[in-house]
Amino acid sequence: MDSWRPVATLQGLSVRAKTLRQIREFFTERDVLEVETPLLSRTAVPDETIQPMACGGGYLSTSPETAMKRLLAAGYGSIYQIARAFRHEESGPLHNPEFTMLEWYRPGWSWRELMDETILLVKSILGPKPVYEYTFQQAFLKYAGVDPFTAKDETLIQALPSPPPPDLDRFGLLDLLLSQRVEPAFKATGALVLLTHFPVERAAMARIDPGPPATALRFELYADGVELVNGYQELTVAQEQEDRFNRVNQKFLQEGKAMIPIDRHFLAALQAGLPPCAGAALGVDRLAMLAMNGKDLSAVLAFPAEIA
Amino acid sequence: MSDMLNHNQLRQGVRVEIDDLPWIIVDAQFIKPGKGQAFTKIKIKNLVDGRVIERTFKSSESVIKADVVDKDMQFLYNDGEFMHFMDPENYEQSVLDAKQVGETRFWLKEQDTYMVTLWNNRAIAVAAPPFVNLLITKCDPGIKGDTVSGASKPATLETGAEVKVPLFINEGERIRVDTRTGQYVERAKD
Repeated sequence: MDSWRPVATLQGLSVRAKTLRQIREFFTERDVLEVETPLLSRTAVPDETIQPMACGGGYLSTSPETAMKRLLAAGYGSIYQIARAFRHEESGPLHNPEFTMLEWYRPGWSWRELMDETILLVKSILGPKPVYEYTFQQAFLKYAGVDPFTAKDETLIQALPSPPPPDLDRFGLLDLLLSQRVEPAFKATGALVLLTHFPVERAAMARIDPGPPATALRFELYADGVELVNGYQELTVAQEQEDRFNRVNQKFLQEGKAMIPIDRHFLAALQAGLPPCAGAALGVDRLAMLAMNGKDLSAVLAFPAEIA
Repeated sequence: MSDMLNHNQLRQGVRVEIDDLPWIIVDAQFIKPGKGQAFTKIKIKNLVDGRVIERTFKSSESVIKADVVDKDMQFLYNDGEFMHFMDPENYEQSVLDAKQVGETRFWLKEQDTYMVTLWNNRAIAVAAPPFVNLLITKCDPGIKGDTVSGASKPATLETGAEVKVPLFINEGERIRVDTRTGQYVERAKD
């Protein structure tokens, strides 16, 4: 049995180390402070699409977002963190349940300014590439031939390459179309692609633009068709954030799932005042994988979950 | 009660029952857009007729694990409509029709052992080993002195299969054949 052996080659781990070094250099040059926040917390973020791992009477961090926003509310300025994140049951060529996330925040910045910085950062590691930008609606019209805001569910189903699971809700259909039609088209361009203005149901912690149509001020950056960065014009209103958490927990209750204890410290920080800011998260494993033209994360993971 | 598989167990090579039919997973893909739902998309090959389709499952869904086993069975005879096989351990017999046997019929020799796939204890397919040794029952004699490399002639085997053999091979000899390509490999050593 050779299963004790690392999966990534020495070259893969060298590219990974270089990627981490380049990220730190990028933010050091820009006077962004590196911080560390707890991996283990008493609370987590109620999110329909992310399952936290229970551990030690609390949860392993699925993202350092809430803790970093407490630092922002305390006035600590521009900050970044390279942290491990843990998400239950996410395993595949581009997913490992334990992964490395870069998260950074820019107080006083608009999400536009953050998009520009994101592209600078990614180009500094992957080299020069053309950049395309589409709204969620434009991308779906161009690459899936459907309007994500107005098309009937049947039309969305017809646009899929293979039949969806029965009783899939509208946002599930859009998720499938995004991964089956839109992302492959992004890959074919060979460019960096910014996708912006998501449906409000996929806003997570982003501010909402009332529209019409109402959209979330959220962007994703794709490189080689791989979803690499997720950024927001951050929601700063405590009450709206609490309402979003409660809506998710209410749904968990209806579905008979365990509710997630809400992070009161985080909501108190929002009440105290989160400065207007933009923030983003980047998948470091994916970035390193792309930097060495790897096909999946095993190119840069010493020990993926199966042999961890 | 059938065994159920959760989405993490949907991996290449696993056999599943979908639409009341048995399939083998040839490709499995985990899909999860950021802030979106998780899915597993599988490409599956039908174990009876070989057609390939795709299906997508939500991460909350489970799939029936197909009760499929492969057994070494002896080929007894062909009655014109069905091919009869026997499990040498318990002498139980199974039958397959011509469509289920498919191309494998060219390599079936009475008394020899083949891998029969059983689904819910019913035979659904049979596979020949990668290489078989068979007797040439009909073949024109080679022309002496013809040494053009690669030259070949048709030969009929005891199972009825026709293969191309080199000119130096003669009727009554046994040859080794690759059942995946239907091609002559060498003169049989047994």
